[in-house]
Amino acid sequence: MAISSKPGSSRPIDGVPTRLRSEKFIRFLCFACAAISILTTIGIVLVLSTEAMAFFVKSKVTPKEFFLGTDWSPTFNDPKFGIVPLVCGTAMITIGACVVAVPIGLLTAIFLSEYAHPTVRKIAKPVLELLAGIPTVVYGYIALVYLTPGLRTFIKDLQVFNALSGSIVVGIMILPLVSSLCEDAISAVPKGLREGGYGLGSTKLEVTGKIVLPSALSGIMAAVILAMSRAVGETMAVTLAAGQTPNVTADYRQSIQTMTSYIVQISKGDTPTGSIPFLTIFAVGATLFLITMGLNIVAIRIVRKYRKVYA
Amino acid sequence: MNFLFLRRLRTRSNKRWVKDKLFEFICQLSVLLAVAILIALLWSVFSTGIGRVSSQFLTSFPSRIPQNAGVKAAILGSLWVVGITGIVAIPIGVAAAVYLEEYKIRDSKLTDFIQINISNLAGVPSIVYGLLGLELFVRLAGLGRSILAGSLTMTLLILPMVIIVSQEALKAVPRTIREASYGLGATRWQTIRYQVLPSALPGIMTGIILSLSRAIGESAPLITIGAVTYISSIPEGVNDRFTVLPIQIFDWSSRPQKGFQDAAAGAIVVLLAILLIMNSLAIILRARARR
Repeated sequence: MAISSKPGSSRPIDGVPTRLRSEKFIRFLCFACAAISILTTIGIVLVLSTEAMAFFVKSKVTPKEFFLGTDWSPTFNDPKFGIVPLVCGTAMITIGACVVAVPIGLLTAIFLSEYAHPTVRKIAKPVLELLAGIPTVVYGYIALVYLTPGLRTFIKDLQVFNALSGSIVVGIMILPLVSSLCEDAISAVPKGLREGGYGLGSTKLEVTGKIVLPSALSGIMAAVILAMSRAVGETMAVTLAAGQTPNVTADYRQSIQTMTSYIVQISKGDTPTGSIPFLTIFAVGATLFLITMGLNIVAIRIVRKYRKVYA
Repeated sequence: MNFLFLRRLRTRSNKRWVKDKLFEFICQLSVLLAVAILIALLWSVFSTGIGRVSSQFLTSFPSRIPQNAGVKAAILGSLWVVGITGIVAIPIGVAAAVYLEEYKIRDSKLTDFIQINISNLAGVPSIVYGLLGLELFVRLAGLGRSILAGSLTMTLLILPMVIIVSQEALKAVPRTIREASYGLGATRWQTIRYQVLPSALPGIMTGIILSLSRAIGESAPLITIGAVTYISSIPEGVNDRFTVLPIQIFDWSSRPQKGFQDAAAGAIVVLLAILLIMNSLAIILRARARR
C-alpha cells in the first residue's frame, strides 16, 4: 500500500484497487483526526456535567443555592456554596478590561484602517501582535510588581491585591484582539459607501462616524463580545493581580476572586480528589464554560448576520 | 492668489476641519499609547530581570533562598511539554485540516459541524481544558500528574489553533496546482502528498510555531492538572512530574520576598527570549514562503 501511493509505481493491472483502498484509508485517518475535535467537545461537556452533578449530589446544595447564594466559602468548617461572589469578581474584571480595551482598541482600528499610512500600518500591526503574544503570567507579574505599587501613589486605600490593576492588565491583553477584530469589521465596509460620503464633501471624521462605524457596528459588537469572553476566561493575570477574596462588591480597590482564580487556588492546594471542595472546581468550571460559550455563540450569530449584508 | 488664500483660511478655521484633525490626533495617540505600554512593560521587566540571568540561574534548581534559585527544572520541563505536544498535535492537526480542506464535501452537514465545533473550541478558556485533562488523562487514563498528561492536555488546547492555521495555509495553495496534478492522473492523496502539502508547508510551519509558542506561555491548564512548582531533579521521561517556566514565574511572583520577585523577572526574560527565538523562526519561514 505504501508503494502504490508513489506516483508511477502503481502497476496497471492490480494497482488501481490497492491505490483506491489506501486512498480510502488515508481519508478515514484524516477524518478520525478531525473527529477528535468533536470528541474534545463531548469530553468537556461530559466531564463538567458529571462532576458538577456529583458536586450537587454530594454536597446537597440545590442549584438555586448555588447560582443565587452570595456566600462562597467551600473550604470552611461551615461551607457555603453560593457562586455569586465569583461571578461578580469575573464580571468586574470583564467590565473593567472592556473599559480599557474597547475605546483604545476601536480608535486604533479606526486609525489603522482609515488614517494610517501603509508604512505605519506595517509597523503597528506586528507590534500589536507582539502584545498578544506575551504570556498571561507576565501580565500578572507586571500588575503585581509594577502597576499596583504605581497606582497606590495615587489611590491611597488600594489593596495589595485589587480588581483595578487586574482589570487594566486584562484590558491590555485583550486590546490586540479588539483592535484586529474591529479592523476586520471596518475594512469589510464597502469602499463605495465611503466614497459616497467624501463626494458629498464630508470630512474623514464625518465619514468614519456617520457612515463607516454604523455600517461596521455589528462586527464591532461581535468583537467586543469575543473580547469579553476572553476576559472571562483569563486566569493567571487575574489570579496574581486581583487576589483570592470572594467578594460581592463594585469597589475596584478591593481584592476579589474570579471563577478562574478559584479553580487555580483549589488546584494548587492539596485538596483530596473526590472531596466536595475538589468537586466545586468542576461546578465552577461548568458555569465558566456556559458563560463563555454563550458569549461566543452570540458573537458568531452577530458575525453571520452582518456577513450576509455585504457578502 | 488672494482668493485661494481666503479659501484655505476658511477651511482651516472651519469647525469641521478642526474636529477632523482632533479626531485623527486622538486616534494616533491611542496607537502610540498601545506601543508605549508595550515598550514600558518590556523595559521594566527586562531592566529588573536581565541582571538576574546568569549561568548559575540557568543551571540551578528552585531554592528556598532566592539568590540560589534557578530555572533549570522549569526550562527542561517546558521543553519536554512543548516537544511532546508538538509531536502529538502537529500530525493530528494537519491531518484534520487536510480532511476539512481537501476532502471536504460541499454542503456536508458533518464537515460544517466539525468546522463550527473547532471555532467554538478555540474560544473555550484554557483552564477548562485543564479540568478536562485532569479528569481524562490524570484520573481516568491513570497517567498521573506527569509530563505526558500535561502534554496531552496542551495538545487538546492548541489543536483548534493548529487546525485553523493549517487550513489557512492549505487555502492559499492555488487551485491550478491541484488541477494540473489531477490532469496528470494523480489520485487525491498523491495530489495532497506531492503537490499541496509541500507548497503549503511554510505556512503550516509558521502557524505551528505560533501555536507552540502559545503552549509555552500557557500555565493555567497545567496548574489544574497538578504540575508542581518545586522540582529538584531533571525530568527523565514522560512519566515524571514536572514544572514549566510560566508556573515557576507564577510561583515566584506570588511570594512576598523581593528576591523571589527578581527571580521571577529573570525567568520572564528567559521565557520571552525563548518566545522571541520561536517567533523569529516563524517570521523567517513566512518570508521564505513569500519568495
